Amino acid sequence: MTTTTAASASLTEAKETPVFYVADEHDHPEGSSTMLGFWLYLMSDCLIFAVLFATYGVLGGSYAAGPSPKELFDLPLVAVNTSMLLLSSITYGFAVLEMQKKNVNAMLLWLVVTGLFGAAFLGIELYEFAHMIHEGATPQRSAFLSSFFTLVGTHGLHVTFGIIWMITLITQVWRFGLIEANKRRLLCLSMFWHFLDVVWIGVFTFVYLMGVLR
Amino acid sequence: MFDNPELMKAIFGRLTLEALPLHEPILVATFAAVAIGGLAVVGAITYFKLWGYLWHEWFTSVDHKRIGVMYIILALVMLLRGFADAVMMRAQQAIAFNGSEGYLPAHHFDQIFTAHGVIMIFFVAMPLVTGLMNFVVPLQIGARDVAFPFLNNFSFWMTVMGAVLVMASLFVGEFARTGWLAYPPLSNLAYSPDVGVDYYIWSLQVAGVGTLLSGVNLIATIVKMRAPGMTLMKMPVFTWTALCTNILIVAAFPVLTGVLALLSLDRYAGTNFFTNDFGGNAMMYVNLIWIWGHPEVYILILPAFGVFSEVVSTFSGKRLFGYTSMVYATVVITILSYLVWLHHFFTMGSGASVNSFFGITTMIISIPTGAKIFNWLFTMYRGRIRFEVPMMWTVAFMLTFVIGGMTGVLLAVPPADFVLHNSLFLIAHFHNVIIGGVVFGMFAGITYWFPKAFGFKLEPFWGKMSFWFWVIGFWFAFTPLYVLGLMGVTRRLRVFDDPSLQIWFIIAALGAVMIAIGIGCFLVQIAVSIKNRDKLRDVTGDPWNGRTLEWSTSSPPPAYNFAFTPVIHDNDAWWDMKKRGYQRPLEGYKPIHMPSNTGAGIILAGLSAIVAFALIWHIWWLVIVGFVALIGTAIGHTFNYHRSFHIPREQVVETERERTQLLQTVRA
Repeated sequence: MTTTTAASASLTEAKETPVFYVADEHDHPEGSSTMLGFWLYLMSDCLIFAVLFATYGVLGGSYAAGPSPKELFDLPLVAVNTSMLLLSSITYGFAVLEMQKKNVNAMLLWLVVTGLFGAAFLGIELYEFAHMIHEGATPQRSAFLSSFFTLVGTHGLHVTFGIIWMITLITQVWRFGLIEANKRRLLCLSMFWHFLDVVWIGVFTFVYLMGVLR
Repeated sequence: MFDNPELMKAIFGRLTLEALPLHEPILVATFAAVAIGGLAVVGAITYFKLWGYLWHEWFTSVDHKRIGVMYIILALVMLLRGFADAVMMRAQQAIAFNGSEGYLPAHHFDQIFTAHGVIMIFFVAMPLVTGLMNFVVPLQIGARDVAFPFLNNFSFWMTVMGAVLVMASLFVGEFARTGWLAYPPLSNLAYSPDVGVDYYIWSLQVAGVGTLLSGVNLIATIVKMRAPGMTLMKMPVFTWTALCTNILIVAAFPVLTGVLALLSLDRYAGTNFFTNDFGGNAMMYVNLIWIWGHPEVYILILPAFGVFSEVVSTFSGKRLFGYTSMVYATVVITILSYLVWLHHFFTMGSGASVNSFFGITTMIISIPTGAKIFNWLFTMYRGRIRFEVPMMWTVAFMLTFVIGGMTGVLLAVPPADFVLHNSLFLIAHFHNVIIGGVVFGMFAGITYWFPKAFGFKLEPFWGKMSFWFWVIGFWFAFTPLYVLGLMGVTRRLRVFDDPSLQIWFIIAALGAVMIAIGIGCFLVQIAVSIKNRDKLRDVTGDPWNGRTLEWSTSSPPPAYNFAFTPVIHDNDAWWDMKKRGYQRPLEGYKPIHMPSNTGAGIILAGLSAIVAFALIWHIWWLVIVGFVALIGTAIGHTFNYHRSFHIPREQVVETERERTQLLQTVRA
């Protein structure tokens, strides 16, 4: 009985002209699609890394009578390096917490700390590269080394751009405060930074740990 | 200073006066024609004082409709270039018999077939598809612009700059001589030491950034900005295909970027990814480039399927048959397009199991595609069909594409592919699906939506002329290639030994001439339509008795598209509104929030082109200066926080009042 009433009620409703437009519209908040858009960009970036991982997977054993991972990788150094990047992800998290509490200065401080950890990571990576090249393990030496330097180097390049972006944002928050646009940018950079962390965990496992096991 | 080679090299890199092809008469004549034509256009723009108008209203515009139109203009200009290459190849192959060398030296012929493929895919088909999606999608979903209007402008200019680099290679240096996918080891430094492959790499990298960003942009637009009531299963089919295409773009183009980056490292840094020695593996390149390349052909065809779906239901006066199955077919094709790439190189030798897997997945794709064909046929069945030009293209598509699809299934059988690999049969097959599918679809789409963009229809007579010359010309040009391919003739040959083959090449050349007439008729059609625009004018905004939302607004639509955001109850939203007594609101207008125009997109893209040019010619100081400027400008742009404005209420009222008056003249 109730279902029939409901059905006939919806029938009478259909006979009336329905609402075809929004009469009382409000502006859409600016940047409401930014997070989704940035996610999509990150996924595309992830695919670039996928290509580099796949290439390393295929060519990583082609030493061309040159040095192998076991002879080259210095795991304690890489462990220190990894901890730098992981710590920087944690400190970025602290920065976002301070952002939510609207503590501008504390947030800026954590961002600076994050940037310094990032710079330390890059410094150690460059030292590692320089050391390998000095020993003759150049990117030109074998397909294994070409794919190693490209995969790890592309990650390092991303970290470099992340640091440039961070400096830009520190300037912008310092000058314009924690306005909506800046908050959005901080969250985008946060996603970018954590994403690089996740990629690095892949590099650490797939390239370094498994490389030494090979 | 000119006597010091070290200094000259530091300033100009590899670029010397010898890079200008003064010794090739064909190129000198082309250059003269392009230069005179270019000067005439620039002169005319200056004389009529149009620079300011173009800059403020078009080049810096973030309006998705204008960007869409500019994409299509770019595509049509590049179509002329790409087609000129095709005609040159057909002419060469038709005469290079009986000891004749033809008129093209190998060095030149190889560049032509490479440029033809690159231009037709990246700078004709892609901008046509992207342009159409840009123009139509926001209108179909009841949005006022795309999610990221500035990025949209930037994407367009990156695509333009890619095209500019390819065109520059015609007159400064040379283009790749490797075929359109530049397989190593041929494309590596050892065998292609000159700038050709570098032009190839950097033009695609620059354009690729644009394509990727426009993909992100349109996905975000479709996901986040649909009008209230438009659930996913109430989206018009064109929007569905656009969504799937853009997902494919975001999932495929990074692979192209990655693999071209690896090739450039081989060429610039001396790494060994795809070299013959030191452990390099050229087949890795071939795998990676087809992991992009196969989804790419679906990126092109899916929006064409969308166009046909819209056209068929509009001109049959019926709701699309099997909407749900159409959507699922599109999604299934999207997924399967990732699982077939290896069928491009069954001959690699990956073994029977691998080849069978990819052969079977390839055959499976024909199932959802076949479902689509039946849906279109059943939409026409017992419909009140109007054979307007877009509908004619659709019928020609169905007849042509089915043949192309069947030869595709034939090639999907690995043993057959071993015989037909790289033969003219393959060439005929993919032209059959790309011309018969994408090009016909884009012509249908352009004719269908032209009145929406400009407020007047295209002249049907010249449209029909273009249609018949294209369709018949297509069959004349490519049937002989099927025959030759079955006889074992391989692709990219410059001269032939067997005189009995010549007749087929002559027929194919005649087909190319007919297509040329078809293109000519299309251009005449546009000119005649502009001249007779008052006679062809449509003031209703709904010239075809359409079914989807874009036909509910005026033609051309106002900058804000819809004065009030529509509310959707049915998947043929505008049809539903017409049927159920929708009354256009005449009051209660509000100011409308819109994005501001910006010159940042064209400046950033221009700087990217400069960096690319410097990389091609090894002008290192310019690479550094250009790159720093690029990053600096990008950062500078982020300091601009005022990127939108409100169209004042009065202006909205005035625009809508004019439309009300126009609509009254029709009813009276």
